[in-house]
Amino acid sequence: MTALTELTVERVYEALLNVKDPEIDTVSIFDLGMIGEVTTNGTHVKVVLLPTFLGCPALEIIKKNTINAIKELPEVTEIEVEFTFHPPWTSDRITEKGHQNLRAFGIAPPPRHFKEDGSWHVDCAYCGSTYVTMDNIFGPTACRSILYCKSCKNVFEAMKPVSTNM
Amino acid sequence: MNDSVMSPEYTDAVKNLLFQLADDDFMYSFRGSEWLGLAPHIEADIAYSSISQDTMGHAAMYYTLLENLGAGNADDLAHSRPASDRRNSILTERVNGSGYYLETPHYDWAYAVTRSYFYTQAKKVKIDSLCESSYKPLAEVAVKVRMELYYHRLHWETWFKQLMSSTDVAKKKMNEAIALVVADFGDVFSYGTQKEAIESNGLIGSEEALQEKWKMNIEPLLTSLQVQMPKIPDQPVKNGRNGEHTNDLEEGLTTLSEVYKFESAAVW
Ligand SMILES: [Zn+2]
Repeated sequence: MTALTELTVERVYEALLNVKDPEIDTVSIFDLGMIGEVTTNGTHVKVVLLPTFLGCPALEIIKKNTINAIKELPEVTEIEVEFTFHPPWTSDRITEKGHQNLRAFGIAPPPRHFKEDGSWHVDCAYCGSTYVTMDNIFGPTACRSILYCKSCKNVFEAMKPVSTNM
Repeated sequence: MNDSVMSPEYTDAVKNLLFQLADDDFMYSFRGSEWLGLAPHIEADIAYSSISQDTMGHAAMYYTLLENLGAGNADDLAHSRPASDRRNSILTERVNGSGYYLETPHYDWAYAVTRSYFYTQAKKVKIDSLCESSYKPLAEVAVKVRMELYYHRLHWETWFKQLMSSTDVAKKKMNEAIALVVADFGDVFSYGTQKEAIESNGLIGSEEALQEKWKMNIEPLLTSLQVQMPKIPDQPVKNGRNGEHTNDLEEGLTTLSEVYKFESAAVW
């Protein structure tokens, strides 16, 4: 007979590492900084997620995938997943590993700093050149922009920086 | 303010303001979505649809706050209320131009840019103020909306600047669009009959203060483009905040509720 391991917050986090962004499947929602809080109470699990953008159509999919990932823990009897806007998600929540994995997907991670006039700069996701132009601040999804690299002549995407002092 | 200690008067004031905010973004987003596939080029099209999608997300948040206050189901509030119950400003309900969007749309891009630029600047002033709202859940949503709004403002300001600095034809069209938009601005900063309740409860800044702030924010750009500062009508011909609307709203609601009735049978 195997005794059930205790349901700890750490084990829930481990399970959540398998939940990827449906639109960027190399990056987990953990590395995107979308996990606000995880609590356990006996066999109950509650996860609070921070949406990146309010109108993001992927949110429902992420919620479903989160529930499914936690269901993999055999001793869980009840799962609660909810979204909150407090604290608000900001792009500096993305982990270093998140930055690496975004680059692996061909997306430049969001820059950490804004210039004084509120604009920002990223280097090319492919060759690292700083010689880039903004093609369209609105990319294929709300959270991404489209840029063009004048060095390697590639079109690439960048994750938009989002901060509370915008 | 905590939900459990809210007086009925306070709750009513919050609900009234939320309906104004939600209906504004909902109609603005709907009119934006009608442009899908029609903007001057692909980048503009992607950007506009992205902005409309964000804005629909903002409206959904306000409707959800209303649902949490017991006003009804958020989806129904968005789709199933008659025109006379709507509290959006006249500006947001106006059609994009003549013609039906599926058949022969003759939409006016100068009008779309001008409406969007002025509306987004007005929204910015309101959102900044809402970040300090006495109603905490609303203040928290506003903080999030503000981050997304930043990109919307950048986009529309760029378009406004470009068209105003373009050919004489473009300038003429833009000036005509400005006249149309300004004529409809009379209720944008109005709270209608709810002015006293909304302002005295510290939910958002006063009509006058916000309108003044808006003028201050757009003045540098307009001056640099040699555009006269708009004279907002003192009294709106119709005040959307009191449920007075044009036929454009009726027509718009019919179109969008057809889609909803059709799709609500399915999951969406
Ligand atoms: Zn490059």
